[in-house]
Amino acid sequence: MNTPIDVGTESITLRINDQDVSCRKGETVLQVARENGIDIPTLCYMEGLSIWGGCRLCMVEIAGSPKLQAACATVCTEGMNISTHSPRLENYRRMIVELLFAERNHVCSVCVSNGHCELQAMAVKLGIDHVRFPYRFPHLEVDNSHDRMRMDHNRCILCSRCVRVCAEIEGAHTKDIKGRGVLAAIIHDLDQNWGESETCTSCGKCVNICPTGALTHRGTAVGEMTKKTTFLPYLTLMREDQP
Amino acid sequence: MKPEELTAMAEKARKQDAHFAHHIHVCTESGCVSSQSDVLLKNIADQVQQRGLKDTVCLKGVGCMGLCCNGPLLKADDTMYQFVKPEHAGAIVESLSARPVTELVCDTKQPFFTRQKLIVRENAGLIDPENLADCVAHGAYRALLKVLTTMTPQQVIAEISTSGLRGRGGAGFPTGLKWATVSKASGRAKYVICNGDEGDPGAFMDRSVMEGDPHRVLEGMAIAAYAVGAGQGILYVRAEYPLAVKRLTRAINQARREGLLGHGLFGSNFDFNVEIRLGAGAFVCGEETALIASVEGKRGMPRPRPPYPANSGLHGCPTLINNVETFANVPAIIERGGKWFAGIGTEKSKGTKIFALTGRIKNTGLIEVPMGMPLREIIYDIAGGIPDGKAFKAVQTGGPSGGCIPAEHLDITVDYESLTKLGSIMGSGGMIVMDETSNMVDVARFFMEFCKSESCGKCVPCRVGTYEMHELLDRICNRQANMADLNLLKDLCDMVKQTSLCGLGQSAPNPVLSTLRYFENEYLKLIQSSPTNSTEDGAKHVALEVLS
Ligand SMILES: Cc1cc2nc3c(=O)[nH]c(=O)nc-3n(C[C@H](O)[C@H](O)[C@H](O)COP(=O)(O)O)c2cc1C
Ligand code: SF4
Ligand code: SF4
Ligand code: SF4
Ligand code: FES
Ligand code: FES
Repeated sequence: MNTPIDVGTESITLRINDQDVSCRKGETVLQVARENGIDIPTLCYMEGLSIWGGCRLCMVEIAGSPKLQAACATVCTEGMNISTHSPRLENYRRMIVELLFAERNHVCSVCVSNGHCELQAMAVKLGIDHVRFPYRFPHLEVDNSHDRMRMDHNRCILCSRCVRVCAEIEGAHTKDIKGRGVLAAIIHDLDQNWGESETCTSCGKCVNICPTGALTHRGTAVGEMTKKTTFLPYLTLMREDQP
Repeated sequence: MKPEELTAMAEKARKQDAHFAHHIHVCTESGCVSSQSDVLLKNIADQVQQRGLKDTVCLKGVGCMGLCCNGPLLKADDTMYQFVKPEHAGAIVESLSARPVTELVCDTKQPFFTRQKLIVRENAGLIDPENLADCVAHGAYRALLKVLTTMTPQQVIAEISTSGLRGRGGAGFPTGLKWATVSKASGRAKYVICNGDEGDPGAFMDRSVMEGDPHRVLEGMAIAAYAVGAGQGILYVRAEYPLAVKRLTRAINQARREGLLGHGLFGSNFDFNVEIRLGAGAFVCGEETALIASVEGKRGMPRPRPPYPANSGLHGCPTLINNVETFANVPAIIERGGKWFAGIGTEKSKGTKIFALTGRIKNTGLIEVPMGMPLREIIYDIAGGIPDGKAFKAVQTGGPSGGCIPAEHLDITVDYESLTKLGSIMGSGGMIVMDETSNMVDVARFFMEFCKSESCGKCVPCRVGTYEMHELLDRICNRQANMADLNLLKDLCDMVKQTSLCGLGQSAPNPVLSTLRYFENEYLKLIQSSPTNSTEDGAKHVALEVLS
C-alpha cells in the first residue's frame, strides 16, 4: 500500500480544465482539483487513508501523456495541463460504474443504504440509465455473525476502504482481501466469520467508511443506514499534531 | 576467492575434462526429464560403470539443447541423438568406440541448429549446471572478475548502455538507462531483483536459463549490483519450477562456499548476497510492483507508478528489477564488449532473443536467434513449418498480453518495433503457432479466460471488465451473440486498455483487438449464424433501479 505523499512547502502552478491553479509541491491532482472546486468522481479514495488507485473513476487526461492517469495517485508537476471531464472520460466512468452494478447484486429497493449510498449517488451523478453488461448474479453470503455489525458481500465494491481504515487507523488489520478477479472478497482474520474474529475491536470505523450497504449496523432497515465519516479527518489531524 | 583461484579452478576442470576420451551429455532439463532423461542418465552411468569405462567416459547432465519435441536429447562425442529411451543406454555407450546408433541420430546440420545464434544459451548442452567447476571452466564468473578488478560502476553502466540491451521481460525498457537511474537514486540500501516469475502460458525461456545455466544469472545479478551499488539480491522464482529452484539453490550455495558470493568478492570491497523467494504462481506477481509486494510478505497486487521501483521499491529502497534473460545477457556483454553486442540485431533491437516455439509447428522447443530475423525464417526454416500439410494461419507472440500475426505479415522482421507496429508485442518470447484449423475467436477467448482468472481484483476495469469480455466472447463462440454484443466488446476493450491500473489489465484486450484486426470476419460469421442475431439492440439489457 502507498503511504500518503509528503506535501512540501514549495509551490507550483498548473492548469486544470483551462483554469490556472497553484498548489504545494507533492499534492495530488485530485487534492488540487478539489481545493479549487473541481469535482472528480472517486470511490476508493478517502482522505486520511493510503492511496489505493482501484476504482479508476478519477482517471484524467494530461496533455502530452499518452496514458490516462488516476488523479488520486498522480502528483502535480509544474506546468501540467489537466482535463478532468471529456466525453471519453465520462463514457469510461459510466462503464466502470455499470460494471460494478453488473458484478454483484445491488438491489437498491431492499438495501439498508438506499438513498445514502455512494455507488447509487455516483450512478445518478454520471447519468446512468441502464447497465449494458450481462449481470453476473453471483451467490454471495451475508455475514451476520457479529453482534453489532453486518457484512453483506452482495453490496461490496471491493474499494478496500474498510481494509485500510482497519489497518491504518484502528491498527487492528482484521480485514483483508482473498481470491482473484471477480472472486476476490473481503475476509476477516484467516477467512473466519466476523463475529469470531479475535482482532476486531468492534470500533465500527469500517462500517462508517464503507461507501455502500456492504458494511452496516445491525438493526437498520431499508434506507435507514447513514454513515458518519467525519471522524477520519479529525483523527488524522489529531495524529498530525503529535510530535 | 582470489582472482588467481578462479583461473586455477577453470584450468583444473579443463585438464580433468581433456583426460577423458569420450563425452556423453544428457539433457536433464524439465522437458526431457518428463520423458525420463533422468533414468536414462542413471542407466548410462551404470553401463559406463559395468564396462569399466569410468576413466574414459565423461558423463554429464546438461541444459536444454533446444529441440525439446524430439527429447530426450543426448550428445555422445560429436553425435546428437534424439528420442533416446532409458533402454538405449547400452547401445549408446557401445557406439562410442563403434558406429553411431543410426536410428536415433539427430541431424545437427538442419536449419533448426545452424540458423540460431547463441549468446544466453551458449553453454546449454555443454555444461553441467550443478557443477560449479565445470561452469567456471566454460567462463562463468570471468566477467564478474573483470568488472571487479578493472572497471568502475560507471564504466559497467556505460558498457551496458552501449550494448543497447533492452529488458527481456516484456516491455523492452533500455537496461542501461534503468541501471543508471537506480545507481543515481539514494536510499539506505539498494536491492537487485531477478524476475523469474514467467507466468505466460506457453513460455519456458526463463525456466530453461535458470535450470541450464544458473551461475550465469547469478553473475549477471552480481555485476548489476556492483553497477548500481546494491548489496542484496533477490531471485523471485515461481514455485511451479521445482527443478529451477533446486539448481539455483545449489548454485547459490556453491558460489557462497567458494567466495563468489558474499564478502569482498575477488579481493575487492564489494559484498553481494542472493536469496531465493518463491512465488505462488500468480501471473500478476510478475508485474514489478506486485512482485515487490509479494517479497515484502504482502498480497501480490500492483500499485500505481510512479514512484517506480528504481526510486522506491523493496522496503521503499531503490530497487533494480530485471528479467532472467536480461541478466543472463550481461556477462557476455562485459566479456565481449557493448559494441560487439550492438553489432547483432537491428537498429533499435540489439542482441538475440530466446523464443519458446509451441503449437501447430513441426519443431517445438527453444530457439535463440538474432533480433530482426524474418518471421518466415523462424516458422518455416527453424521450426520446420506446419505439420500434416496444413497451412499457416497466425502466430501469437507475447502470450495473453500480445497479439497474433497473420500469414500476410510473415515477412516482417521479429524485433520490438515491428511487432508493436502490427498490434502485437515481443513479450517475454512465447510463440504459439496456429494453423488453418484454429478458430481465432476461440483463441481470443482462451487468453481472456486466462486474464480473467489471473486478474488480481484490485481495479474495476480489469476485474469485472475481463469477466464481461470473456462472457461476450463466450456468447460469440457459442453462436448466441448479436452485433450489439460485438460493439460492446469493442467498447470494453478500449475502456479496459485505457483505465486499468497495471499492465495485466492494460494489455488484456490485446488478443481480442488483434484477432479483430486480422480476423473480424470470423467474429462476424459466428454472429451471423447465431439464432439470437435477430434481436436488435440486444434485449439483454436490464433496467437499473436507481433511487427507487
Ligand atoms: C501482468 C504482468 C506480468 C509480468 N510478468 C513478468 C514475468 O513473468 N517476468 C518478467 O521478467 N517480467 C514480467 N513482467 C514485466 C515486469 O513488470 C518488469 O517490467 C520486468 O521484470 C522488468 O525487467 P526487464 O527490464 O529486464 O524486462 C510482467 C508485467 C506484467 C504487467
Ligand atoms: S470494527 Fe474496527 S476493528 Fe473491527 S473490522 Fe471494523 S475497523 Fe476493524
Ligand atoms: S465492504 Fe465496503 S468498504 Fe469494504 S471493500 Fe466492500 S464496499 Fe469497500
Ligand atoms: S489491472 Fe488487473 S491485475 Fe492489474 S491491478 Fe488492476 S485488477 Fe489487478
Ligand atoms: S479514486 Fe482514484 S482510483 Fe479510485
Ligand atoms: S528440455 Fe531437453 S532438449 Fe529442451
